Amino acid sequence: MTSTSGPSSTWADPLGQAVDGLHRREWGRLLALLVARTRRLDLAEDALAEAFARALDRWPDDGIPANPPAWLYTTAHRLILSRLRHEAVAGRKAPLLAVGQGWVPPPEPGDELPDDRLQLILLCCHPALPVAGRSALALRLVLGTPTEQIARLFLVSRPTMAARLTRARRKIVQAGIPLVQPAAVELRSRLDEVCRTVYLAFTAGYRPGPGPDLLRADLAGEAVRLAVLLHQLVPDAPQAHALRALLTLQHARRDARAHRGRLVTLPDQDRTRWHAEEVTEGLALAARLTPTDGYAEELRLQALIAAEHDRAPTASDTRWPVIAARYAELEALTGSSVVRLNRAVAVTEAEGPAAGLALLEGMDPGAVDDHRPALVRAELARRAGMLEEARAAYREALQRCDNEAEHDHLATRLAELTA
Amino acid sequence: MKYVLLLVDTDPRPFEERSEEEIGEEMARHGEFDEACRAREGVELVGGEALAGGSAATTLRTRDGEMTVTDGPFAEVAEQLGAYYVLEAPDLDTVIDLCKVLPPYDIDIRPVLDMG
Repeated sequence: MTSTSGPSSTWADPLGQAVDGLHRREWGRLLALLVARTRRLDLAEDALAEAFARALDRWPDDGIPANPPAWLYTTAHRLILSRLRHEAVAGRKAPLLAVGQGWVPPPEPGDELPDDRLQLILLCCHPALPVAGRSALALRLVLGTPTEQIARLFLVSRPTMAARLTRARRKIVQAGIPLVQPAAVELRSRLDEVCRTVYLAFTAGYRPGPGPDLLRADLAGEAVRLAVLLHQLVPDAPQAHALRALLTLQHARRDARAHRGRLVTLPDQDRTRWHAEEVTEGLALAARLTPTDGYAEELRLQALIAAEHDRAPTASDTRWPVIAARYAELEALTGSSVVRLNRAVAVTEAEGPAAGLALLEGMDPGAVDDHRPALVRAELARRAGMLEEARAAYREALQRCDNEAEHDHLATRLAELTA
Repeated sequence: MKYVLLLVDTDPRPFEERSEEEIGEEMARHGEFDEACRAREGVELVGGEALAGGSAATTLRTRDGEMTVTDGPFAEVAEQLGAYYVLEAPDLDTVIDLCKVLPPYDIDIRPVLDMG
């Protein structure tokens, strides 16, 4: 995986790589600490970015300090204090971040940096923030992902993303969304919110985009990093465990998902291009999941489905009856039309297209607002030999599809049927 | 921080059409809210009132220096605005937590701008 987080990803020299690595490993922890100690989100972010810039500037002459994270922390903290003095002189007092009950600021760090990243994650994923801002803010603050990259992930322009981030930061301060000690919040529901946010960022990376940005798996990888971090911070939380398993298993297939500018669907993927060590890791994570309820259970079922795909050496080895059963459970839990579609596909593989088509009957055609219902109907009808129905459904799907690459794929399928 | 809570009643029936038990239950919840605020550290209930219905509202508008007076509230939501509270609280989570004892209103939690 290529680094997307570093202050520069073009570094060829060892020092630049060292700083890049520090940025990757320490940004979130340093920022969380600075935010917790100063309660100034705006100043902390700028100061930490400046500290990394100074490291690149000075370390070539001064050498790398004995404790680089401590150096970065101290440099950033001094910058914030200096800004605070300026503000005091100018008579401007900017509002501080609110803090929850029983909150105590972390002590001045010694050799070991305390880890306040969970507080930072909970802050970014607060339900009072706009959904579109949460995942962007979590990537920006917790991982230090550059705004430009986050914009690319969500297929918006850089200024749009910058404005989105600014609005979210401002809302945190204005509305009094507090930094809280994790034990003091209703952790389960808040963690559900965090997992939804991370999952949203992950799926954004696999939403087909224009031209060379067809898939942005490198940026989906940033969401995987968040999921891994979350699981490390709250190892006993079932939703964090399930999310990590799910994302690991799905992300392991990234290199096989597109070929020469075209999407490759699961059955046609070259499985030798899957990352075998990540598949192994994901399967091990999934094997330790136990039944639960709520959103954690949704994630668990999805992880088990992903595991079934990942463990099959070839597409024809897939245990479709198992997958169909998992989708049935998932549909019972969520009532989701998207799940119903996926279940119909799985049932078709397990029992034939007639059984799959039966599941699509009576489905509200407007329940899923894109071309997928028509596409699934088209594929199942084609397999059932109902060519007229298939052609009509492909045409409907083409009408509703707004992505170029997927559009081409559908047109090819339709042409095959018409030939 | 200071917050204004705008309480919008989701029950479509006007107050007069509700039973005494229902009104009593609603009032009891407001009493509980008052107690919960007192009990919570850093929280102070600064003020609050129940408001007469939208049919009693008068709208004042000034355009190009010209003031007009018309009947009624100026928006559909304002029609159902039933009450407000002014609350001093350390943070949003505390406010959300306290609101859990209130009847199931839709509540707009609005921080007060610090003009100091």
